[in-house]
Amino acid sequence: MRRRVAVTINGTKHEHEVEPRLLLVHYIRDVAGLTGTHVGCDTSNCGACTVELDGHSVKSCTMFAVQADGTQITTIEGLAQGTTLHPLQQAFWDEHGLQCGFCTPGMIMAAKQLLERNSNPTEQEIRVGLEGNLCRCTGYHNIVKSIQAAAKVMAPGAERKAPASVS
Amino acid sequence: MAISQMVGASIKRREDPRLVTGTGSYVDDLPQTALVYMHVVRSSEAHARILGIETSRAKEADGVLAILTGKDLKPEFGAPLPVTVCFVPDKKYPNHYPIAIDKVHYVGEPVAIVLASSRAAAEDAGERIEVKYQSLPAVVDIEKAIAAGAPVLHEELGSNLSYDVKFAAGDIEAAFKEADITIKQRLIQQRLIPIAIEPRGVLADYKTFANKLTVWSSTQIPHFVKVWLAVILGISESNVRVVAPEVGGGFGSKIRVYPEEILTALASRRLGRPVKWIEDRNENVKATHHGRDQIWDVEIAAKKDGTVLGIRPTQWLNLGGYCSQFGTFQVLGMLVAQGAYKMKAFDGRAVGVFTNTTPTDAYRGAGRPEATYLIERVMDLVARETGIDPVEVRRKNFVRAEDQPFTTLLGLTYDSGDYTITLDKALAMVDYKALRREQAEKRKQGKYMGIGLCTYIEICGLGPAAPTQAATGVSLWGMSVVNVHFTGKATVIIGSSPHGQGHETTYAQVASDVLGIPVEDIDVQHGDTAIGPMGMDTYGSRSTALDGNAVHISAMKVQEKARKIAAHLLEAAEGDIVYENGKAFVKGTPSKAVTIQEVAVAAFQTSRLPKGMEGGLEATTFFDPTNFVWPFGAHICVVEVDAETGATRILRYVAVDDCGTRINPMVVDGQLHGGIAQGIGQALFEEGVYDEAGQLRTGSLVDYLIPTASDLPSFELAATITPSPVNPLGTKGIGEAGTIASTPAVMNAIVDALEPFGVKDVAMPATPQKLWQLMHRNGGTKR
Repeated sequence: MRRRVAVTINGTKHEHEVEPRLLLVHYIRDVAGLTGTHVGCDTSNCGACTVELDGHSVKSCTMFAVQADGTQITTIEGLAQGTTLHPLQQAFWDEHGLQCGFCTPGMIMAAKQLLERNSNPTEQEIRVGLEGNLCRCTGYHNIVKSIQAAAKVMAPGAERKAPASVS
Repeated sequence: MAISQMVGASIKRREDPRLVTGTGSYVDDLPQTALVYMHVVRSSEAHARILGIETSRAKEADGVLAILTGKDLKPEFGAPLPVTVCFVPDKKYPNHYPIAIDKVHYVGEPVAIVLASSRAAAEDAGERIEVKYQSLPAVVDIEKAIAAGAPVLHEELGSNLSYDVKFAAGDIEAAFKEADITIKQRLIQQRLIPIAIEPRGVLADYKTFANKLTVWSSTQIPHFVKVWLAVILGISESNVRVVAPEVGGGFGSKIRVYPEEILTALASRRLGRPVKWIEDRNENVKATHHGRDQIWDVEIAAKKDGTVLGIRPTQWLNLGGYCSQFGTFQVLGMLVAQGAYKMKAFDGRAVGVFTNTTPTDAYRGAGRPEATYLIERVMDLVARETGIDPVEVRRKNFVRAEDQPFTTLLGLTYDSGDYTITLDKALAMVDYKALRREQAEKRKQGKYMGIGLCTYIEICGLGPAAPTQAATGVSLWGMSVVNVHFTGKATVIIGSSPHGQGHETTYAQVASDVLGIPVEDIDVQHGDTAIGPMGMDTYGSRSTALDGNAVHISAMKVQEKARKIAAHLLEAAEGDIVYENGKAFVKGTPSKAVTIQEVAVAAFQTSRLPKGMEGGLEATTFFDPTNFVWPFGAHICVVEVDAETGATRILRYVAVDDCGTRINPMVVDGQLHGGIAQGIGQALFEEGVYDEAGQLRTGSLVDYLIPTASDLPSFELAATITPSPVNPLGTKGIGEAGTIASTPAVMNAIVDALEPFGVKDVAMPATPQKLWQLMHRNGGTKR
């Protein structure tokens, strides 16, 4: 018993027959072939699979692919414009906000939503905002700095405007 | 020699653009067609005999290609999984095969594998397999496992005791006779679950008619895995290639040859198709080895003035259900437990015990965090007993700068270090005296602030070859190849296998400095056994001290050949050639220079070379240093424990570390941040817990807590630089220092905070519940 699912990921339409039990993250990785979204736990704790779905950051292991039918999804692969990195990607690079890089796509997608909701967060607001995303390499120190740096660039009225994500 | 421009520069990592865009490839991201998926059926029992495995219903399931059990696979194992000496040559241990044959010894041990056309099909079929067990009594506790009448895991060994060995020097009886005070203390090193954010994964592809095996594995040790795949599977080593692609963290948990690497390879050989296995977190917490799980009992002999005369520590190590490959590496803790201090006698005992739990092995620091926790708690216990400030107790006992190179009681020689410089700097950063005043004030207001110190030393480097061969059974050294191409660009191949440490950046900096080739023109390759002669991989904060220096030495050899070629091209004597910033010229005439790019062209237009010189511009180095390297530092943690809730808040964390030359300070600081966080995790949150029956009660990230961003402060870091005399770059190691130092710093701070309640020690992790109980055990009355 397969079900049809149609989603738009990073501006590209995808339509497939899938098993109803297929998780969205597995759809993104194995069906759509976008492997930048990672799987780090089975319990929705680690946040490595975070994507943007209809404007909300979502842990894509908490949804079935069929529940995403008709939605617009942005994954980490959809952030850069050509070879120009999104300000958050650039900031993570500039501030050494990653080491092994496995949590990074989810971390950046969560940070994107965080800054969209609060363009000028305090350090504590950033730390609380990242509680759903685990990193074992950085102690979060430079992740916080990265998001602070990105906030400056992305702030309304900042000189360099953030490229809009593809949707 | 070129003027140093890149070593010491915090340049951005070249690894990052692919990682921030999601275009790096971890094992599960590799494209592969005609894949077969492996699902591992794991033991639900901690201790049981396997009476039979019923697979017929599973074999009929959709998409299933094969189901294999230990009995099916046993004839194909040319050897059991490897176990290294690791400080205990006479330890007893059982043969450990990648899959249980007739008995299981811990929950999570593989008992069958399902090979199917999809992961879901493999897992569905796995649920149809019925394993008939005869349950046996289980034992999970170290002391219970060696008590009379305990169930014995491996009957052939006679008991659960693997070893009981002494590490002693000096006259301990005399030390205790001389002592004004003696202290006994039990220190708990709870079981930790490493939790690299990428679980393990393996893709094995055996090409039947070429008899060639390629394995991609999320491992820290591709070179070791290659050797053991060849031995266990009986394939020529030259026909085995192991690749560690992007690896999502290791922390020691990916440092051994794992059952799934063997099983996927065997399955691929049987089926003639590539076989993939990706560990899920539920598996990871039981199938990937654990860390620590030790009890340290210590007796201390000290004088009233704070002088520590001697210590008598016993390390009880829970090995788990088998002896893992480096399972006794933690015994290193015994060898370095003297720390940064002088003493007259050391009387150590190390005991290893089997229990029905996941095997333990290296976890960030492996023996050194345990040793540092011991000696740094000892310093604070002596301070408390004598009433002397913990800073002064440390100063009194420090190995002094003039004692260097200092040889410990157990015969290890420190390479360099003045331990007062990092301590002084850290004390100045926190304004220690003002902090103590603040603490006194707060206590009056019923606020419990604590200040904790840790002045650690650390052994890393791993080699040199001779002592590592003697102690661990493996000769450790560094390896590099530096190859300058026709167009003057260069490839550097290293024997280390990074998984977040940034070697692609830092080693390019090293080679760039020597050759004057721009860093962006140097590509650093690693983690593939097909590209270099051999490597000793990445663990134990060894890479930069070994492979980083090997890169420097190979680059120097290349520079030497470039000088010879330049001398020939310039028709000058080699002795007159100056090599600077990628240009070679006759001393005094820099305007008539040949560049490294011109030299490279000549190196391949071999008719232009001096008579008798071979073509190419390449060098290989196997670097074996004269000693280990010994970083050191001082960490200070300030906490406040809430009397209402027992919750600990870290107010400040200050770290001053000396790892010798810092090639890329940004990367060094990053290593420290992560290490400190992991050590804080052990102090405050993490604990792997088994119930009496051997079921893991902390089986997911819901139950096993690792630090989140809101649990941690920003860290305040500073450095001193004492170059190591044992390698040309003067580098030491930094990968584990944060973890080694932070656990004792945090715990010393918590014990200090609870001093008004008469608390002298807290068993880790210092959970709110535990601290609240300690603060309220006498109805909340203070001492």
